[in-house]
Amino acid sequence: MSTPSATTPARWRALTHHHLFWPVAVLVALLLVNVPFTPDFFAIRMADGHLYGSLVSIVLFGSPLILVAVGMTLVIATGGIDLSVGAVVAITGALTCSYISDQADQNALAGVFLAMGIGLVAAVVCGLWNGFLVARMGIQPIIATLIIMVAGRGVAQLITDGQIITINSEPYKLIGGGYWLTLPFSIFVVAAVVAVTVALTRRTALGLLVESVGGNAEASRLVGIRSMRIKIMVYMFCALCAGIAGLMISSNTSAADGNNAGLWIELDAILAVVIGGTSLLGGRFSIGGTVIGALVIQTLTTTIYTIGVPTQTNLVFKAAVVIVVCLLQSPKFRAKVFGAKGRARVTAPAEPATPADAAPKMEVSR
Amino acid sequence: MAEPRPVLEMTGIVKEFPGVRALSGVDFRLFPGEIHALMGENGAGKSTLIKVLTGVHPLDGGTITLDGKAVRIGSPLQAQHAGISTVYQEVNLCPNLSVAENIFIGREPTRAGRIQWKQIRKQAAEMVDRLGLDIDVTAPLSSYPLAVQQLVAIVRSVGHGDSDGEGSGTKVLVLDEPTSSLDRDEVLELFRLMRRLRDEGVAILFVSHFLDQIYEICDRMTVLRNGTLVGEHMVADLDQVGLIELMIGKALDQLEELHEHQLRSDVGETLVKAEGLGRTGGIAPFDLEIKKGEVLGLAGLLGSGRTELARLLFGADQPDSGKVTIVGKQVPMSAPNDAIGAGVAFCSENRKTEGLVPDLTVRENIILALQASRGWTRPIPASQRDELVAKYIKALDIRPANPEARVGQLSGGNQQKVLLARWLITQPKLLILDEPTRGIDVGAKAEIQKLVVSLSEDGMSVLYIAAELEEVLRLSHTIGVLRDRKLVAQLTNGPEITTSRILETIASGEHQ
Ligand SMILES: Nc1ncnc2c1ncn2[C@@H]1O[C@H](COP(=O)(O)OP(=O)(O)OP(=O)(O)O)[C@@H](O)[C@H]1O
Ligand SMILES: [Mg+2]
Repeated sequence: MSTPSATTPARWRALTHHHLFWPVAVLVALLLVNVPFTPDFFAIRMADGHLYGSLVSIVLFGSPLILVAVGMTLVIATGGIDLSVGAVVAITGALTCSYISDQADQNALAGVFLAMGIGLVAAVVCGLWNGFLVARMGIQPIIATLIIMVAGRGVAQLITDGQIITINSEPYKLIGGGYWLTLPFSIFVVAAVVAVTVALTRRTALGLLVESVGGNAEASRLVGIRSMRIKIMVYMFCALCAGIAGLMISSNTSAADGNNAGLWIELDAILAVVIGGTSLLGGRFSIGGTVIGALVIQTLTTTIYTIGVPTQTNLVFKAAVVIVVCLLQSPKFRAKVFGAKGRARVTAPAEPATPADAAPKMEVSR
Repeated sequence: MAEPRPVLEMTGIVKEFPGVRALSGVDFRLFPGEIHALMGENGAGKSTLIKVLTGVHPLDGGTITLDGKAVRIGSPLQAQHAGISTVYQEVNLCPNLSVAENIFIGREPTRAGRIQWKQIRKQAAEMVDRLGLDIDVTAPLSSYPLAVQQLVAIVRSVGHGDSDGEGSGTKVLVLDEPTSSLDRDEVLELFRLMRRLRDEGVAILFVSHFLDQIYEICDRMTVLRNGTLVGEHMVADLDQVGLIELMIGKALDQLEELHEHQLRSDVGETLVKAEGLGRTGGIAPFDLEIKKGEVLGLAGLLGSGRTELARLLFGADQPDSGKVTIVGKQVPMSAPNDAIGAGVAFCSENRKTEGLVPDLTVRENIILALQASRGWTRPIPASQRDELVAKYIKALDIRPANPEARVGQLSGGNQQKVLLARWLITQPKLLILDEPTRGIDVGAKAEIQKLVVSLSEDGMSVLYIAAELEEVLRLSHTIGVLRDRKLVAQLTNGPEITTSRILETIASGEHQ
């Protein structure tokens, strides 16, 4: 007796079972939606030695989100969550910009590097605090990180005196708004961070241990994994990523806005992680999936503008798409909708058939 | 034939998982008022058949008839409504809820919309009592050892209607390895309950790897091998040897070999020494010495503190008195790390919550302990890792022999083997095995016991805990007897030590 799965080409099945299949499919679909509205959507032009085009902009504008989401992925994989990333974005931007704005020569490289260093150290300290509360004190991650989420913006405001600090620093502008080798510099930063993260987790055993801690905390303890250390490390790394995103955002606008920089980015980042196929329960994670998830969200934002969804309804539109994406990712939902014919065969014979003729009948009825 | 009509008939059952055909055209029938054993090696498809029957997995082919009517069972809840009560292989209750809540969850008695808590507690206490269990039903389930949790799961499943009034409607009771961590007394109690239900006309499906239990309680059996039906027999018509041959599909070569296998007599110098080690509520302070190459077995009844003793030696729980010295050095035992660093390994009885990471692959689960001890910065080189993993998959005959398979998808017995492999790979000085053969089939069980003997010959010390006294007796140089959370005696194994002698010691609680 053959089963439906055996009749579909094995290749195709292997492809659809790949953990990146649905995220990529959704991304491609979203990109295609734009074409009727912007016929040259996939076109990439060269002007002033820079590449321009919708695809380039999506990656450029999506860069901070990718960074934050990559850090978030590891936190979520340990079974935690980090709500403070948006605030960390704001704090880093505020500290860095206010330091630069105090310089006599805002274009001096040493000053800019120092400023960035200060900003990033502050970010990592925030991460250390989160990690300490979660791993050491055993506070629920959602509560522990809520503290900085709420208080952090206040701190950012304090740093900037409640003003929006604007700066005028050419070197600093490069990170979030400059170009290098015809491409936005941000893309290189993102590529580097992603590459480092993948190497850090997959070339060492960190990824395995993180997945183990998230997959079964008690078993991990009994196996001798120092989960406290790992958790603290991961929260620090997440905050560092948020810090880099903070630099990027403030650099792009040449300003630090304690109120609005990175506002709600934590939610988009969590969404990106989930779309990328990492479970909020912890365990298995996929950095590649997260990058695609973040691109999906950024593409969605772009799409909302290109197809001209009225501003007041664009959040509703976004929510609707997100719901569809999440449903598509649910194996149960897929089985219900797409797998209907496979299942029907099984449950078809209602009258008690003798075993001998039951099987062939099922074959025919298909 | 003048046989009565089966209450349950499954025909041509097919179940496929990606890459694995777990069941191919299995027929199974169950008559009212019989206890029917479902037999087969680890991974034969027993649990899968049960899960298909109870709506956990959708079936990919075949029909199920209940009371002569074709049924479609889409979920465990539907199964329950259709009169099928089930205890699954892995206890799936809510550890944070109380015992009473766990028993009544989903069918709480209410009056005017309000849950009758008092009644729940009273009834739960009665039901538990009837199984000969003396526990506080208001305590959280997680505060009890696995065996008690298993009994609670049983109480829950037979609970409907077993307790007065409400008219049960349980036609079929499914028990997937309910006895895997029970002691003799609880097993007898369970059997008494099963017989009573059978006499009331309930059809019982029973899975166990303890052949003696099968022969004691079952009327009929169905044997599976590799997802196919091998045959259905009356228990009286098939002896143990015949049964094993049906299960493994080839003639049986001496499983009993182990008896002649002499334990190494010259154990070495002291390896681990515990002095006054104890923990309130866990186990009273005890002194214990384990020598190099010695197998120390622990005997005692359910709740006597065997697991608690083991956990203290591993630092899984923190002792509040005493100290542990390993090869002459005192080890703080504030966390498992300390013990692991000193060469101790602990294979927990509870593979689901304390052992495996279900989402990770077989390979990842096997190397986890070794990797943890190396730290995250020093991954095990891929070639060495794959070689080790392949070696242990082969040595323990883990099936499917695919290192990429997710552990959560393995059959219960194969999961247990993965857990064993994880610790064997670390080559500890002291290996603590808490119920290592839980859920493992007859053939593999003998293999594992042989393995323990050969490990001890190679100089590894083993602390061995098993509910089956014979198993402990066969393997151990020394037997520690526990009673009421106290280590009451340590007997040197010899011809004069028998199971009844140990039982006597347990009963009298005296050191002779
Ligand atoms: N969810 C699943 N996904 C993929 N494969 C599965 C899944 N569940 C079971 N299997 C496979 O189906 C086969 C039968 O497993 P099953 O659990 O039924 O064995 P079993 O007879 O109960 O064995 P045991 O005595 O070890 O409990 C095994 O090869 C197992 O790996
Ligand atoms: Mg099973």
